[in-house]
Amino acid sequence: MFDSEFWSINWALMQGFGSTLLLFSVTLVASLPLGLLVCFGSMSNFSPLRYATRVFIWVIRGTPLMLQVMIVFYLPGLAFGMPVENRMAAVLVAFIINYAAYFSEIYRGGIEAIPKGQYEAGQVLGLTDNQIFFRIVLIQVLKRILAPLSNEVITLVKDTSLARVIAVGELIRAAQDIVAQQALIWPLFYTGIFYLVFNGLLTLAFGALEKKLDYFKG
Amino acid sequence: MALLEVQALTKQYGKLEVLQGINFTLEKGQVLSIIGSSGSGKTTLLRCLNFLETPNSGKILLEGMPLFDGDSAAKTTAAEIRQKRLHFGLVFQSFHLFPQYTVLQNVTLAMDLQEKERAKQEKRKPNKQKFAQNLEKAKQLLKEVGLEQKVNSYPFQLSGGQQQRVAIARALALEPDILCFDEPTSALDPELTGEVLRVIRELRNTHTTMIVVTHEMDFAYHVSDKVIFMSGGKIEEEGTPQKVFDNPQSPITKAFVQKSKL
Repeated sequence: MFDSEFWSINWALMQGFGSTLLLFSVTLVASLPLGLLVCFGSMSNFSPLRYATRVFIWVIRGTPLMLQVMIVFYLPGLAFGMPVENRMAAVLVAFIINYAAYFSEIYRGGIEAIPKGQYEAGQVLGLTDNQIFFRIVLIQVLKRILAPLSNEVITLVKDTSLARVIAVGELIRAAQDIVAQQALIWPLFYTGIFYLVFNGLLTLAFGALEKKLDYFKG
Repeated sequence: MALLEVQALTKQYGKLEVLQGINFTLEKGQVLSIIGSSGSGKTTLLRCLNFLETPNSGKILLEGMPLFDGDSAAKTTAAEIRQKRLHFGLVFQSFHLFPQYTVLQNVTLAMDLQEKERAKQEKRKPNKQKFAQNLEKAKQLLKEVGLEQKVNSYPFQLSGGQQQRVAIARALALEPDILCFDEPTSALDPELTGEVLRVIRELRNTHTTMIVVTHEMDFAYHVSDKVIFMSGGKIEEEGTPQKVFDNPQSPITKAFVQKSKL
């Protein structure tokens, strides 16, 4: 089985996996902080901003990611005569917006779960709002949201396969091309192993982080 | 001049008048106990003094200087409120220690962050020596509340009484003019209240000015210089503990004192 065909297929899948990895990591790095901004918007005391943000979250969470990818890709060309040249960029924009919306709700849940007393203790000690958030609240929020966050990150790994809807050559598309052209079934299972190993590593990383934050309770 | 003077302080939540014109004074070094049944406005009064609530009207004067003036239209900035807060310390009923920090860090945190904030304002580097001093001060305070063995523990590893003593050290670290306690022993098991009350008694001996909202009538009787009995958002009776507990004038006070069976 380990002939040249195996290695050429391996190479094709690796290239697909490269796109998957790029999509995954750029989306994660951009949407984690962006989600915090969206979260502040959805918790703002300024009601127009709060309502606008909540409508935004409703639309993003209420429509399929696949549709959002298609809209970001086709809209500039069909509506404004400026077709998107870089398909990967279009996918990234859609993914970052989508995941920022989901992360913002996870953050909001975590922030609202912190007892009011933590803020008040900081206030009576004369701390600024920034100091209270970054030095007292944030790590407690992180500890609380780690489990839902890991769920979402693992979902992101698998959602990357949606990029193929506008013909970005990610891992599953690479596998399907091989299956269709060479009438082989094993590359599909082999592709599954890519996802399994990657998600296994992520699970280990989250487990390690959880253990690291285990030194305190609350 | 009195250290603290509160004049005609009111606070409403919607139509509910929680404080209906509170007047009292407190001299430097005195201990004031505020007693009364739940919902009488004791805690709200304390929260107003610590700027956790904004009163609707009235005045709060510290050494004659207005900290809060309900008549003045001037808006106070967040930085001003932070400065005013520092005249008061507050120890909460349920401690509210910062769980991710050790006992020692809980005490040094605010001191260190204030040095950092001051350095930022004055556009200079934070003073390393100051941090070292803060550390020594925190250790000294923790020794005074009997927790020198626990400096490196985390809050969840401590009993309620120990946590409350850390909270007291944390509040003392900022050297407030007046230290406030909001039912400091109400969340504790009966066998743990003694150690916290002992610390408050020791503070009294060092002439720390204190306001203690409490249900511990025995403590209020023996430790206070002055007792205020609140009922329905008003001060129903005030005076020395002997006057309020042994010779109450108002029938409401009489009933309350009798029920608490001193």
